[in-house]
Amino acid sequence: MDVNKNSYTFGFATIMVVLVATLLSAAAISLKPFQDKNIESEKKQNILSTVGIEVSREDAATAYEKNIVNTYVLNNKGEEVEGDAFTVDLGVELKKSADQQLLPVFESQQDGEKIYILPMRGKGLWGPIWGFVALKEDMSTISGAVFDHKSETPGLGAEISLGWFQEPFVGKTIFEGTELVSIKVVKGGAEEDDMHAVDGISGGTITADGVTDMLAERFGQYLPFFNKKMSEMIELPTDSLVLDSTMAFNLNTIQ
Amino acid sequence: MSDKKEALFSKKNRKLLIDPLNDNNPVTTQVLGICSALAITVQLKPAIVMAISVLVVMSVANVVVSLMRNLIPSRIRIIVQLVVIAALVILVDQVLKAFVYDVSKELSVFVGLIITNCIIMGRLEAFALGNRPWKSFLDGLGNAFGYGWILIAVAFFRELLGAGTLFGYPVLEKMGLYEMGYENNGMMILPPMALITVGIIIWIQRMKNRDLIES
Repeated sequence: MDVNKNSYTFGFATIMVVLVATLLSAAAISLKPFQDKNIESEKKQNILSTVGIEVSREDAATAYEKNIVNTYVLNNKGEEVEGDAFTVDLGVELKKSADQQLLPVFESQQDGEKIYILPMRGKGLWGPIWGFVALKEDMSTISGAVFDHKSETPGLGAEISLGWFQEPFVGKTIFEGTELVSIKVVKGGAEEDDMHAVDGISGGTITADGVTDMLAERFGQYLPFFNKKMSEMIELPTDSLVLDSTMAFNLNTIQ
Repeated sequence: MSDKKEALFSKKNRKLLIDPLNDNNPVTTQVLGICSALAITVQLKPAIVMAISVLVVMSVANVVVSLMRNLIPSRIRIIVQLVVIAALVILVDQVLKAFVYDVSKELSVFVGLIITNCIIMGRLEAFALGNRPWKSFLDGLGNAFGYGWILIAVAFFRELLGAGTLFGYPVLEKMGLYEMGYENNGMMILPPMALITVGIIIWIQRMKNRDLIES
């Protein structure tokens, strides 16, 4: 058989493409349920780890049921809207205009204190980065943060998913007085007494800046919700959405 | 089978396995696969994961192409090779994602890098297309080891000098070097130092074996 005939070449290419396509789609379809389950469990694991609960992937579902006491979805005015917080895909939401976006909130109860867990999503160097940040009742102090990424460089940008990068976020505050300042990731290292900054990553500055931008943007969206919760804390009528600035200042000085 | 049966590990076959480790090393002698050698040698662990992934893909792809070598039309052989490599890599990635999710996370971006690794295509083109499956398998293993040890050697020095750790363990800190005023060399983390490290390995290799020096 002459393998260099045109007809043979076409035939070979066609059969090869069909075979490989069938093989790969069969593999993708049959493995999808397993993969989705892994991704879902990982999301639960990540949410839990912001409140200090480390579980294996198998136990994530049960621990999630036990520890996440309430979930809801907000719009960017801080009002509750319909939707399932867990299934909201921020990748889709971020493409919508700000007033259309759904903002999920997960509530947990740890040592008698309410903790609010907010999902984050932004851009790294090569692809999306995301994570969860847990805030204490004062809506300013961070009690835990996890970050992950799709395709950052291992050893450089990918370090955002490691403990040494995430742990310094704990105890930092995102409000300075009444002003939302978010948390900055500082190249070359943050000042030790800076309550709104953490150390950057050598060689991973663009990814680290992505984290800074992501936090500022996402916290900004939740600002009306923060204000509402803060005013509730000082027992203002709950219907006043806008926080009186002097009250908020008092709130921050009392702490 | 018309030709005489050859022992599985005859001298010629052993040479296939051992040559790429030194004198015919794909990275230092043929200067292939440099891109991934720069990208993922910041730390030891990803370097080892990458070395193992390339080992698996290269040896299997070599065998597959060698089995089909008499069927592949020569005009589209490069495309066929690429399809074989890409299909293998995607298949492995899908299985890992479903059953060993942690390993798949560890591999993350390497998967794409494996497909573009020119050592793999180079071996398919230069060897597997003209040789029997067993020999092709050995050739794939040998070249993967040759690539892997360079990767691991570079990663060892970059992680040790750049971050002061090995596999994330703070070796230099435990040795008390920082108290004596030692500081990590942040430049080792950046890609250019990988190139220079590879350059130093090439230099040492050619110092030892002067036949490799081009006139």
